[in-house]
Amino acid sequence: MKSLLIEPDRHPKDHPGQERSYTLGPLQAGPPCCDPQTLLSIKNLSLSYGSTPALKNVSLDIYQGCITALIGPSGCGKTSFLSALNRLTDMIPTCNVSGDIHFHGINIHDPKQDVLNLRRNIGMIFQKPLPFPVSIRRNIELPLREHGIDNPTESDAIVQQVLSDVGLWAEVKDRLNAPAQALSGGQQQRLCIARALALKPQVLLMDEPCSALDPISSAVVEDLIQRLRGRYTIVIVTHNLAQAKRIANYAGFFWVSDRAGCLIEFGQCKQIFESPQHELTAAYVNGSRG
Amino acid sequence: MLKNRLATLLIWLSVILISAVFVVLVLDLVRHGWAELSLAYLVDAPLDAGRGGGIGPIMVSTGLILALTISVAAPLSLATAVFLTEFSSKNSVFSGIIKRSLDVLASVPSIVFGLFGNAFFCVYLGLGFSILSGGLTLACMVLPILIRTFSEGLRAAPDEYRLAAAALGLNRAAALRHFLLPTATPALIAGLMLAIGRAIAETAALIFTSGYVDRMPDSLMDSGRALSIHIYDLSMNVAGGDSHANSAALILISLLFMINTLSSKLAYHWMHKRITCL
Repeated sequence: MKSLLIEPDRHPKDHPGQERSYTLGPLQAGPPCCDPQTLLSIKNLSLSYGSTPALKNVSLDIYQGCITALIGPSGCGKTSFLSALNRLTDMIPTCNVSGDIHFHGINIHDPKQDVLNLRRNIGMIFQKPLPFPVSIRRNIELPLREHGIDNPTESDAIVQQVLSDVGLWAEVKDRLNAPAQALSGGQQQRLCIARALALKPQVLLMDEPCSALDPISSAVVEDLIQRLRGRYTIVIVTHNLAQAKRIANYAGFFWVSDRAGCLIEFGQCKQIFESPQHELTAAYVNGSRG
Repeated sequence: MLKNRLATLLIWLSVILISAVFVVLVLDLVRHGWAELSLAYLVDAPLDAGRGGGIGPIMVSTGLILALTISVAAPLSLATAVFLTEFSSKNSVFSGIIKRSLDVLASVPSIVFGLFGNAFFCVYLGLGFSILSGGLTLACMVLPILIRTFSEGLRAAPDEYRLAAAALGLNRAAALRHFLLPTATPALIAGLMLAIGRAIAETAALIFTSGYVDRMPDSLMDSGRALSIHIYDLSMNVAGGDSHANSAALILISLLFMINTLSSKLAYHWMHKRITCL
């Protein structure tokens, strides 16, 4: 019964009147996060590569419609944490994950969990833009087709919608059949976000999405992330503290202790940056450590 | 300074020496074989055990053996390469056994393949001396080359595509079909050409399997003489066949040259297409 919740509305035409629009419309702030609803609940998550621990006992909740920023120095397990949320860690044979991750109240490690469907619902954007070596249009079309949307009219409409959503439509509408890898870095990253949005995910995991981009592209992508707030739940890893402060509703601070990453402090972004409870957090956000 | 000059001199000497071997070989073949070459030579049947006439049926047999070899070996190799790179972990015992056996297989002399082919395909399976037996034997022989080049091609495809595809909820088969195989295509073509080159030049494995009947084959069950066997037979067993052996060798070398050129052209074309668009 609950699994219906994570089943995306694959064919909008099957549910007349219930079509979910892709277009985000004008920039607006997300819903107030003072009444947070837990979408992803992580309990005692530990993760190791072979016998090397990477993450120990991390527990936190990701709230629906909010932007949660994960900050902390390199090598403290932030990326591993992100990959565990949509089970991309399964791709690494030596990686062991223990602890509970519940998405909509369902354990994602349940054997009955359809991993491909989980990843469709929890999309991921990588640090380096990773467009496939095909045309711009095919980059979006191929995943759609694999998920059962192969009607050209429908997928063309989705291509236009998601490209408009990420502000790329005007720039590429005349060269949709041009290779995606000929786009600039910032455009490639926005294409990757569009590609993920086309699958109508509920959560977007972003692993330093701006750090490989120049400042202007970075600002464009950051602005885009702001506009996704409310409609999507976003977990973003960033090394740019100013960026985290600007965009996030919640923030988690990771640190390395006993040679494994752990979560030192988690709370509302304002609180983490303005009145951190832990001295390590205070030192890190003030720039005196890390 | 002197050391540099000496090194340059040595490098140039070795370059010249290596090219000289090839040039002398080709020149010799041209000198002795050019006179016999004509369009008729390519299409006519051999006369008087190959002392006269042409190599028409031999070209047909060679083509049939090659086509058979590749059509059997390529799909098998691709499947094995995909299994080794995409569906088995690096340290699994089973893939270790496969890799080890392929390494051994790759270093087995071709005459042993000939004897095996004779015992297994000709006698045990009752296919007799036939193009079918020859093609299947060569297929066994080129398997290690094909699997090696195919899996290296697939392994060279960036892991990031696998990751990005997985993050979009695509299964491994979809990632393979849409991104990994297209990326690996230049390597696949190169491997295929390498295998064809090896097969077309093969003599020992064919003597005992496809035989050396020089008539035009009626079917795959007929014995057929490959080009390399023709050369071997003319120069070793037929007195006065030398000039025709040289002509046939010249044809063989030209074929190899053409295959090489074609493969690098194809590979380049694919690379280019990949960068400009698919």
